[in-house]
Amino acid sequence: MIWQIEFVVLLMVLICGIGAITVKDLLGAAILFGAYSFMMCLLWAIMGAVDVAFTEASVGAGVSTVLFVAAVFRTSRRTSD
Amino acid sequence: MKTPAILIVFVFGSLLVLSTLDFPPWGDPAAPASVHVSPHYIEQAMAETSVPNIVTAVLADYRGYDTLFETIVIFTAGVACLFLLRIFRRIEPESRMYRHIPTGITLRITKPVSPPLETAEFERIDLMWVPYDLVVKTACRLIVPFSQLFALYVIAHGHHSPGGGFQGGVILGASIILYAISNNMRASLVRFNEKLAVLLCGLGVLIYAGTGAAAILLGANYLDYGALSEILGADAIAARSFGILMVEIGVGITVMAVMVHLYYSLASAGRHDEGL
Repeated sequence: MIWQIEFVVLLMVLICGIGAITVKDLLGAAILFGAYSFMMCLLWAIMGAVDVAFTEASVGAGVSTVLFVAAVFRTSRRTSD
Repeated sequence: MKTPAILIVFVFGSLLVLSTLDFPPWGDPAAPASVHVSPHYIEQAMAETSVPNIVTAVLADYRGYDTLFETIVIFTAGVACLFLLRIFRRIEPESRMYRHIPTGITLRITKPVSPPLETAEFERIDLMWVPYDLVVKTACRLIVPFSQLFALYVIAHGHHSPGGGFQGGVILGASIILYAISNNMRASLVRFNEKLAVLLCGLGVLIYAGTGAAAILLGANYLDYGALSEILGADAIAARSFGILMVEIGVGITVMAVMVHLYYSLASAGRHDEGL
């Protein structure tokens, strides 16, 4: 695998992870968390764990983002802290 | 309070990163994890289970107990969310919203009469947020059947390609969630109601555990699918492959039902009337 691509993906994982816990907008945090999951999925695929990548893509980036958005829809969009 | 917390996280994070230096290199064939049972799986999985995807063979056959309890964990999580989120008391909303379909005018009826006004001309819509979008509705109507077909393919083709019960179940659940989002929750509840979802949660675990129990009844160990060859009329190796397919179907049903139920509960705040 080309190491530059791996490095960029790893950097994106870090950025999305830190972004997801720091942004005040919870909807944005849910989207960032989905992006984080998708980047992790790419990392799994790079390392050859295709089954894990598939699970990460469907559960992490797919359904859990929807569940977060549904929870935000029913609660509030801003964090209190 | 915040600075010590960040300091503690930083210290323990760097300890974790430092401990990874002791790990064997990635993909090392001499790593302790790769010399114990992995060679047996890699060399014998095809001969013993006739499943080309070793991951599926290990997941559902060699480590069947592990996956059985993973399924039970999902089932338990679904039941826990049912008790935590679900509000069984029925609250009738103070007003109802209707859309007059030919003109697109929205009506708000306060103190509604008990049977909802649902005719060919009036369509009930949610109180909170319902932009009418023909494009989204039509596009999702096209996507939903194909994604369901893809989910069935993922479950059934897990023997040969990446995929299996967990992924296929999630995709199947996601297709129903997509239907609920693109139309509305009431339309989705008509086709996939809560009773069915809870029933399927248990049915999936029952299929998995029942496949294992059938092996006991035929005189083998629990989850030893090779014993099913007497029922299936195939040899023991093919029976293990069929057994894997059966437990994957069980896993898929449970995962799908839990995902849908979780979405219904979250998006309607536990009332299962109207949602996202």
